[in-house]
Amino acid sequence: MSDVMLKIEDLRINYGGIEAVKGISFDVPQGKIVTLIGANGAGKSSTLRSIAGIVKPSGGKIRLNGEDITGKAPNYIVSKGITLVPEGRRIFPDLTVAENLRVGAYLRKDDLTQDMERVYTLFPRLKEREWQAGGTLSGGEQQMLAVARALMSRPKLIMMDEPSLGLAPLVVRGIFDIIKTINAEGTTVLLIEQNANMALKIADWGFVLETGRITKQGTGAELLNDASVKEAYLGT
Amino acid sequence: MSKKKKFLLSAVSLLILAALVVVVGEFTPESGSQWSNLRTVLQLGAVYALIAVSMNLCNGFTGLFSLGQAGFMTLGAYTYAIFTIPVSQRASVYYLYGVADWLSNVQLPLTVALLLGGLMAALVAAIVGAPVLRLKSDYLAIATLGLAEVIRIVVASSPLNRITNGSMGLTAIPGYSSYYGIFIVVAVCIALVALLINSSYGRAFKAIRDDEIAAEAMGINLPRHKQMSFIISSFFAGIGGALMAMYMGAISSTTFTISVTYFILLIVVIGGMGSITGSIISAFLVIAAREWWLRPLDQVQYIGTFKVPLLKTGFRMVVFSVILMIVVLFFRNGIMGDKEFNWDRIFNAFRGKKKKAAVSGGDSK
Repeated sequence: MSDVMLKIEDLRINYGGIEAVKGISFDVPQGKIVTLIGANGAGKSSTLRSIAGIVKPSGGKIRLNGEDITGKAPNYIVSKGITLVPEGRRIFPDLTVAENLRVGAYLRKDDLTQDMERVYTLFPRLKEREWQAGGTLSGGEQQMLAVARALMSRPKLIMMDEPSLGLAPLVVRGIFDIIKTINAEGTTVLLIEQNANMALKIADWGFVLETGRITKQGTGAELLNDASVKEAYLGT
Repeated sequence: MSKKKKFLLSAVSLLILAALVVVVGEFTPESGSQWSNLRTVLQLGAVYALIAVSMNLCNGFTGLFSLGQAGFMTLGAYTYAIFTIPVSQRASVYYLYGVADWLSNVQLPLTVALLLGGLMAALVAAIVGAPVLRLKSDYLAIATLGLAEVIRIVVASSPLNRITNGSMGLTAIPGYSSYYGIFIVVAVCIALVALLINSSYGRAFKAIRDDEIAAEAMGINLPRHKQMSFIISSFFAGIGGALMAMYMGAISSTTFTISVTYFILLIVVIGGMGSITGSIISAFLVIAAREWWLRPLDQVQYIGTFKVPLLKTGFRMVVFSVILMIVVLFFRNGIMGDKEFNWDRIFNAFRGKKKKAAVSGGDSK
């Protein structure tokens, strides 16, 4: 593997006595797409949230390029270059598309025009909807907006929590194409998905999470062909 | 419509509004005529507009359901009054308890005292904000409601007798000698709030209102921004309270009861949560209805020799409440919703009506 960007060591997360994540360790190498797959309640979202600083882990270490960022405030973590695309899109419904994007770049004080250009070229649809309230967009457009909003902070690592949730297959394909493009432009991607098939196809490396533990890992192709993964997540 | 044209329209209509204020200021008698009511409505409406906008900043734009407005108004009003009552009249105002020694010869310029009133409210908001803003929705409302009541009772408590004159209240509060003073202060304050809302801070406030978790994930520091919104809102509520003291000339701890907060909340809701122009329009409409248009309902009236039933003192408030209910039923999101006043919308509304009329006309054939 190339340089490790994000290093998770023995991460544990508790929700009032219930241990959602029971000591997982994994690395996210620079410039790659890494995916965590697993069923509901496996602890995928909790892991992402604790990396983003929204949930405080009860144990373990999170290191970004060697710096310990465990339990730091979310705004600090965003300023260090990690941005989360939250589950269920969570765009700001009453703000216009342009305002949503500007909020995404909230911690940056420099000129945004270039970045606006960039996300509008990635998502021409958003350019058309620039003055529309976020809540009036379709599900797929909202997901585009959520990704575009995250890109506005110029992240080094973008974390996506189930970007395919509730979207039509064609739209999902579009979203995954965009993820590949973003990655090709140099942003590291950490992706969680229930849609294991799609996720493993684009991932360089994958981890299977089951009830708070990592049970399997391998390259995307390896996991796709793994008999137990096939049975549990690919439905074949 | 082009930007230039819109700008011209806005400029012209603002000028007309200003002209209205000037005409009323110059040509109507101070009291005693039907038109002096217009003076009251404009001045009181302006003060309420500022307080409603300040409440909207916290409740409508940041989504913090705070009901502490009356408390912050009390602080602003008392601070202003304490520092501006003319030294020569201190003895007669504080005739029962006497005035505190350090205070007896202090008299500040009106605008300085006004700012001090705002700062006092902001200071208390800053101290109380940190613990209180951890609460969500209804709990925050209850906590701030309690805070307002605590402030009201502390102000009237006996240890402060020589400063606040206890339950006797303060009188002889001076105001700007010019009729326009209040309007200028209100205009400046509302302009400041509007600038804030349109800045990146304003966007952050709205983002917090829309979705706290997403806002946090975007790197917005939630406690800091909530605190900021709460403090700024309280600052302007304090100034609004001071203007109210200036307008009324006398205040006591019972001037700013919980019902004042509800009245302002009512203005904000009718105008639209999250619309500054909505709050302003609604403040003037509500005050005009309460203080002027519905006044005749309070007096016994005769049509010929027939005495109209029900008309007596207090009946106007019954009608007022019914009208409010009707307004809330038909404008679910208030007059403006969360949109600002916009020429395009006005013109489109007219055009839309014409189009609809044309379409329905075609159908009937």
